[in-house]
Amino acid sequence: MDEALTFFLLTLASMARVATPLVLCAMGGLFAEKSGIVDIGLEGKMLMAAFFAAASAAVTGSAWAGVGAAILAAVALAVLHGLACITYRGNQVVSGVAINILAAGLTVVLGTAWFARGGQTPPLTGSQRLPSLFLPNAGDNILVYAALLSVPLTWWIVERTRFGLRLRAVGEMPFAVDAAGISVAWLRYRAMLICGLFAGLAGAYLSIGQNAGFSRDMTAGQGFIALAAIIFGKWRPLPTFGACLIFGLLDAMAIRLQGVRVPGLGEVPVQLILAMPYLLAVFLLAGFIGRAVAPKASGVPYVKEH
Amino acid sequence: MQALTPTAAAIELREIEKSFGTVHAVRGVSLRIEKGAITGIVGENGAGKSTLMSILYGLYRADAGEIRVDGRPVAMASSREALGHGIGMVHQHFMLVDTFTVLENLVLGAEGGPLLAGGLEAARAELARLAREYGLSVDPDARIADLSVGEQQRVEILKVLFRGARILILDEPSAVLTPQETDRLFGVLASLRERGVTVVLITHKLREIVAVTDHVCVMRRGRVVAERRTADTNVEELAELMVGRKVRLDLDKIPPRLGEVLLRAEHLSLVDGRGVRRLDDVGIELRAGEIVGIAGVSGNGQSELLQVLSGIRAPDGGRLTVCGRVIDADHPGDPAEMRDLGVAHVPEDRLRQGMVAAFEASETSILGYQGRAPFTSYYLLDGPAVVAHCADLMERYDVRPRLPTLGSSLFSGGNQQKLVLAREIARQPRVLLVGQPTRGVDIGAIEFIRRELVKARDAGCAVLVVSVELEEILSLSDRILVMFAGRIVGEVEPGETNEPALGLLMAGAAAA
Repeated sequence: MDEALTFFLLTLASMARVATPLVLCAMGGLFAEKSGIVDIGLEGKMLMAAFFAAASAAVTGSAWAGVGAAILAAVALAVLHGLACITYRGNQVVSGVAINILAAGLTVVLGTAWFARGGQTPPLTGSQRLPSLFLPNAGDNILVYAALLSVPLTWWIVERTRFGLRLRAVGEMPFAVDAAGISVAWLRYRAMLICGLFAGLAGAYLSIGQNAGFSRDMTAGQGFIALAAIIFGKWRPLPTFGACLIFGLLDAMAIRLQGVRVPGLGEVPVQLILAMPYLLAVFLLAGFIGRAVAPKASGVPYVKEH
Repeated sequence: MQALTPTAAAIELREIEKSFGTVHAVRGVSLRIEKGAITGIVGENGAGKSTLMSILYGLYRADAGEIRVDGRPVAMASSREALGHGIGMVHQHFMLVDTFTVLENLVLGAEGGPLLAGGLEAARAELARLAREYGLSVDPDARIADLSVGEQQRVEILKVLFRGARILILDEPSAVLTPQETDRLFGVLASLRERGVTVVLITHKLREIVAVTDHVCVMRRGRVVAERRTADTNVEELAELMVGRKVRLDLDKIPPRLGEVLLRAEHLSLVDGRGVRRLDDVGIELRAGEIVGIAGVSGNGQSELLQVLSGIRAPDGGRLTVCGRVIDADHPGDPAEMRDLGVAHVPEDRLRQGMVAAFEASETSILGYQGRAPFTSYYLLDGPAVVAHCADLMERYDVRPRLPTLGSSLFSGGNQQKLVLAREIARQPRVLLVGQPTRGVDIGAIEFIRRELVKARDAGCAVLVVSVELEEILSLSDRILVMFAGRIVGEVEPGETNEPALGLLMAGAAAA
């Protein structure tokens, strides 16, 4: 009985740890998507943020400097995406993919140039990492609670504020927003700034919270999983949070299930377990969630002359 | 200045100029819009009326000229500024967020504070007041997507009034309405005028102008060519001013010489991908030598009917007999086969289905027939033959400019339609299906297209016309079928009915 409880609690704790960056990233992505901007570049933003968090923490010795640098890095990429998609009406998917490639390359190049460790940052210790807040050694750093808080906050902003109303409107019908005398571009830029902020926190969590340093491609597709969670959650904060938890749980179980023998089947291959979240994403998106209705203007640059 | 004018001008435009690239859309327009009156602005497509109003509403900036509101010159750099001067616009394509409620749409851009709750409640009270004052009632908590088009338009008007507008611009407001809804709209406009609101009505429907306006201004090719008091003019004079020559839209038709039944539809039904029944037990008989008109508010199954009759979609139930071939769910036809059977189709959506916008006119002129001689031999297109064919069509059907190598999208709507019609009609089809023959077509081309359809009928072709323009249905058809909610709800003779009676059928009022 006790053993089961321990297993349950440990799985829960590791689910929370794994889900934190997904939740933060998904909430950021939600703002972008709600405003009508498809953000494939979540992955790249998170990766860049993770690198700058670890690099700054290593150099300054302060985790907080790391968080700040992470936010700045992700916001910079978000503004770049905004420039390409909002101001220059470029293709949002192409811009997002470009940001991912840029982040994957630049982090390794800068890492090698600054630290000469094959793209990794030096291992971080002590004050260079975010401390646990309440539970000793459980990894419950401030960003875990920030992720928890980000869900009702996002809901409140989107559903209950003037900014949220306009945000929802601009993703559905930018012409209506323009006709009401509100700047479509500035609204979308603000959505991108918020997106960058959240992706920055998610990246910082990866390299100076959950792990003790940056290693190349450490996001490992979590930005895409966050994007899948948004679609799975039908562009609503609470269901998106639920989707992140499911992905987190699968990941946590994957870690726990490694080496476990299943009666009749033998040892479950590690590769299969690790592939579970991705398989789930494919299955869910392939139609198990019913018709998901994206914001209508999603992916369409706003052109005034119509 | 004030002393010289008998009534005050709400808006004065002076020497407004606007060009888009090489297109000179508005040329030195000066115009006075009287306060507390309804002013109509008429003109053909491309005459510059919408551009002029967009300048007035701050969506475009004029290249030159002056705008005065209540006698004071204003810059009008944005729609927000226009709203600030009390000018509001109801667009032809509604500026509403489908997923929002009426109330949320109302407050968008005028929320009254960073938090929504207070603003929404204040808006609810204000909406109730506006509803009382102007007779514009609508459920504040209904989602826009669930409202009828007429109700959505009411929301648009409320939105503008809610922002305190005293000058209301409506762009082609009746384009999407049934005759009954149009009458209600005109009632609303009249009550707005009584309360001192200035209304500007942009339209190309002359009868509406005569019915509801106090003043009318006619635009042609970017210029104001005439200003009249509505009481001093009539439809004929306005049509002539719009086009620049005499126009006759009424058709002199000889009585139909009916031949054999060429197309027979029995109990056709069609369910779309979302499970909505689009066609429900539709039966039609089409004889050689007659024009059958299908009337109905758009979205009541007419588009689907055309798709089934032209072979684009197979019916789920019922059967279709065309020139001897039987088509049903188990034996679907396809557009190429239908064409071989002698069925020609001028689609409703000219730009998407009737042509490829990026193609040259000559390519558009053989679309669907490209595999036939003389256009193709040994799997290769014969370019000169195609161009010659197109030039011949352009000559015979007066497509301007006569440039077979010009991009299809660069022709005006009327000339595109003439080219598509020419392509289909020149083969002398046995059955001709036409969707919205004159949508987005200027008045001169309307005249031409209608005469061609009557010519085809007199030559023994069976013609089916689907149109949302009642006046068109009434003047063209030998028989009229009315569609509502996927069913044929009535058949009437054009001589024995009128627009209000048809309107009632179209609204499903007499549906049994």
